[in-house]
Amino acid sequence: MRSTVNLHVNGEPVQAEIEHRQLLVDFLRDDLGLTGTHTGCDTSQCGACVVHVDDVAVKSCSVLAVQMNDCNVTTIEGLATDALHPVQQAFTDEHGLQCGFCTPGMIMTTVDILKRHPDGLDAATARKELEGNLCRCTGYENIVKAVMTAAGSHDHV
Amino acid sequence: MSEQLKTGFGASVPRKEDRRFITGQGRYTDDLKLPGQAYAYFVRSPYAHARILEIDLAAALEAPGVIGILTGEDYEASGLGPLINGWDTRSRDGTPAVMAHRAALTKSEVKFAGEAVAVVIAESRVAARDASELVMIDYEDLPVVTSAVTALEEGALQLHDVAPGNLVFDWDTGDADAVESAFATAAHTVSLDLNNSRLIPNAMEPRAANAVYDPGTGEYTLHLTTQNPHGKRALLSAAIGIAPDHKVRVLSGDVGGGFGSKAPLYPEEVVCLLAAKQLGRPVKWTAERGEAFLTDAHARDHASNVELALDADYQFQALRINTIANLGAYLSTSGTLVPTIMYALIATGQYDFPAAYVRVKGAYTNTAPVDAYRGAGRPEACYAIERIVENAARQLNIDPAELRRRNYVTEFPYRSALDLEYDTGNFTGLLDKALDMIDYTGFQARRAESEARGMKRGIGFSAYIEIAGFGPSKLLSTMGAPGGIWEAAEIRVNGSGSVEVITGCHSHGQGHETTYAQIVCEELGVPIEQVEVIHGDTHRGAAGNGTAGSRSSVGMSAVQGACRKVIAKATDIASHVMEVPVKRLVFKDGQFIDTAGNVAMTMVEVAAAAYTGHDFPTDVIEPGLHEVSFFDPANFTYPAGCYICEVEIDPETGVTRIVDFVAADDFGRIANPMIVHGQVHGGITQGIGQALHEHCAYDPESGQLMTGSFMDYGLPRADDLPPFRIEFVETPCPGNPLGMKGCGEAGAIGATPAVINAVTDALNIEDIEMPATPARVWRALQR
Repeated sequence: MRSTVNLHVNGEPVQAEIEHRQLLVDFLRDDLGLTGTHTGCDTSQCGACVVHVDDVAVKSCSVLAVQMNDCNVTTIEGLATDALHPVQQAFTDEHGLQCGFCTPGMIMTTVDILKRHPDGLDAATARKELEGNLCRCTGYENIVKAVMTAAGSHDHV
Repeated sequence: MSEQLKTGFGASVPRKEDRRFITGQGRYTDDLKLPGQAYAYFVRSPYAHARILEIDLAAALEAPGVIGILTGEDYEASGLGPLINGWDTRSRDGTPAVMAHRAALTKSEVKFAGEAVAVVIAESRVAARDASELVMIDYEDLPVVTSAVTALEEGALQLHDVAPGNLVFDWDTGDADAVESAFATAAHTVSLDLNNSRLIPNAMEPRAANAVYDPGTGEYTLHLTTQNPHGKRALLSAAIGIAPDHKVRVLSGDVGGGFGSKAPLYPEEVVCLLAAKQLGRPVKWTAERGEAFLTDAHARDHASNVELALDADYQFQALRINTIANLGAYLSTSGTLVPTIMYALIATGQYDFPAAYVRVKGAYTNTAPVDAYRGAGRPEACYAIERIVENAARQLNIDPAELRRRNYVTEFPYRSALDLEYDTGNFTGLLDKALDMIDYTGFQARRAESEARGMKRGIGFSAYIEIAGFGPSKLLSTMGAPGGIWEAAEIRVNGSGSVEVITGCHSHGQGHETTYAQIVCEELGVPIEQVEVIHGDTHRGAAGNGTAGSRSSVGMSAVQGACRKVIAKATDIASHVMEVPVKRLVFKDGQFIDTAGNVAMTMVEVAAAAYTGHDFPTDVIEPGLHEVSFFDPANFTYPAGCYICEVEIDPETGVTRIVDFVAADDFGRIANPMIVHGQVHGGITQGIGQALHEHCAYDPESGQLMTGSFMDYGLPRADDLPPFRIEFVETPCPGNPLGMKGCGEAGAIGATPAVINAVTDALNIEDIEMPATPARVWRALQR
């Protein structure tokens, strides 16, 4: 079964015939070629697939593409156009990435975290907020630093 | 500050590769979609041990989008060879390790759950997966054995006809008689039975392969998640027989973590190549995470008895270890290397032992093959020695720091009882640094404070040492190496002055695109922006051995060697152009300077002249500026460190919290401290993962993997971890020109025993199984 879906992806209008069982992550990667969003686990544990749907962080492996009708989807490719987004900048400044595979999901999650903590957050809160995103390389320490730096805090513990 | 100081060796240069990763422009294997792309989905055995009675493909072949299906019979008919163990490991009696036949698709009898028996190729991933469910296979379920100890017991189930008693090898090293007599006269002896738990590496990017066959040229191209493209090409060519090596191109693009698990050759990559040729389509396969759990090479899984003999002054007299290593259902590429050479040789750790003996028996079981994972053998060695030393200190009522201090190797070079030559080190300095960092003298007060809150506090040490920087080819050739493990580098200085560095090492998170560029920046004096590091393509660089075993130092030394050759040739060119004798020229800060005049040429100008010169005396100076260098160290490197961990355990819940973790590491000279800190963070986290969270469990009755997803297998998360405090003690390594020892595996080697020593200290018990989950800790508290 297929349905026609109209949505915006990174600001551009998209119309597509989508098989009902297709996951959003597969639609983004296979149909739109937006391969910055990754599949890391198949069980919604790792967060490598996090995108924003109507400005809220969503694991794109956990929603169907047909659910996206009339939605605005932002992927890592659409986070910033010319200059880097401050969260992207913080991840490279703090060496918050190594192999880079979890990084797009980490960055999209962090943007969402900072939105929900407009007055800043402490490092313990940042660690809790990152519980839905797995990284095998960094030990999270520099990811937490990147979150704190992007939040304008110097509390790195 | 000069450009070189800001971006040269030793500077925390921001990573050149980051931009593509943070903007979603990384190019991982699964990202690639080729024209005419077909997709593979593997049909895997649901049984851990079963005879294949019949395979019915009729329904699957009729399914929409199916292009073809291959089975074990097709693999056998293809004439391609089996997957092999690449190391010549010999038992004590001189016989070679027993290698059971492993086809890329199994035809008659499966030996572990998840083993590939067929592959469906279809127009889309979902079509292949749908059709795979229509492949009808009749199995006769057979009994299983998952424990290596059980597999070696008298009367155990027999897995492979070629391996009586399931024994792969019975290997040893050291002097058994000397150890025996040391134990007979020792004032004190300590013994401990230890399990080093089984792990699943779980790089975040699942394995993937995309194979292409060009019938016009007869060339295969394999896009692959690998740590070692040249090594894969060699195996595919020489062992499997795909095609001569110049007709096999392995490309690895961006690779999302490896940790050893992307080093071995796997069945799926071979099958994709075969299918691409037979079906005339590019064939892509990407593992689901469940397949990664089932079929990525697993790790560790040792059962050991460790014994320590001491004299009346607590000087170590002898070490004896008997280990049974679980190698899984088949031998993986480094299956026999990891639990022998990589494990046993370094078993005496940082200590001076007059005598030592290690005996290892490897066993086949109905589990996934076991191979290298971060540290690969050395974490098992460190766990054995550091647990027994800590237990000895407790039993003999001597401070664990003092017992270590009393027994450290202090003179270098040092020839160990297991015949390694430790080139350099400062073990006492590392201990002192770590004691200072953790405020050791304040521990009792901290413990009292915890107890006042009803919590149990413990402290644990780990003094790790590893052999790294593989390899010294000559030495390894005496240990069964299949060939030299040198590293190659090519430097191409282009006419514009831009520099391409082509290395056979491989970066899958290590940051080589930055650190290798730093060496070039330092050596050639060119801005780092003009340096491009190229890796992961067997057609760009002629030779290499990939990245494993912290061997980037070997690759970097090759880069330095190639730079020196470039400078030598560029000096000749500058001499010719400037009409100044070579002996009057010096090369400094990127300039060739006439010491007797005031003229100079920059490297950029020389590069331009190298390609545009029209009057070269070509019998003396050939145009161009392109050099290749190989580096092969004479010895291993010996990274070492001292880690101290403090834990607090809630006796109500059994939850262990790491309240402090300090690391003093000696990596020799360091190319980029920022990157090295990151490597240590990641390594320590994997070590903590083993100690407290990660549990690979097979059901002993059925052989089913019970921890086959991230819902069951405890990969550490951000809030499981403390911040780490890391400092360096540098003793430059004499074995390579850059003085480097390597840092990639240290954390994973040193952290595990430090955490378990802290947990057992807090609980005042001799041992606890890993991972020390809240349930296990709570049960230990009820005893």
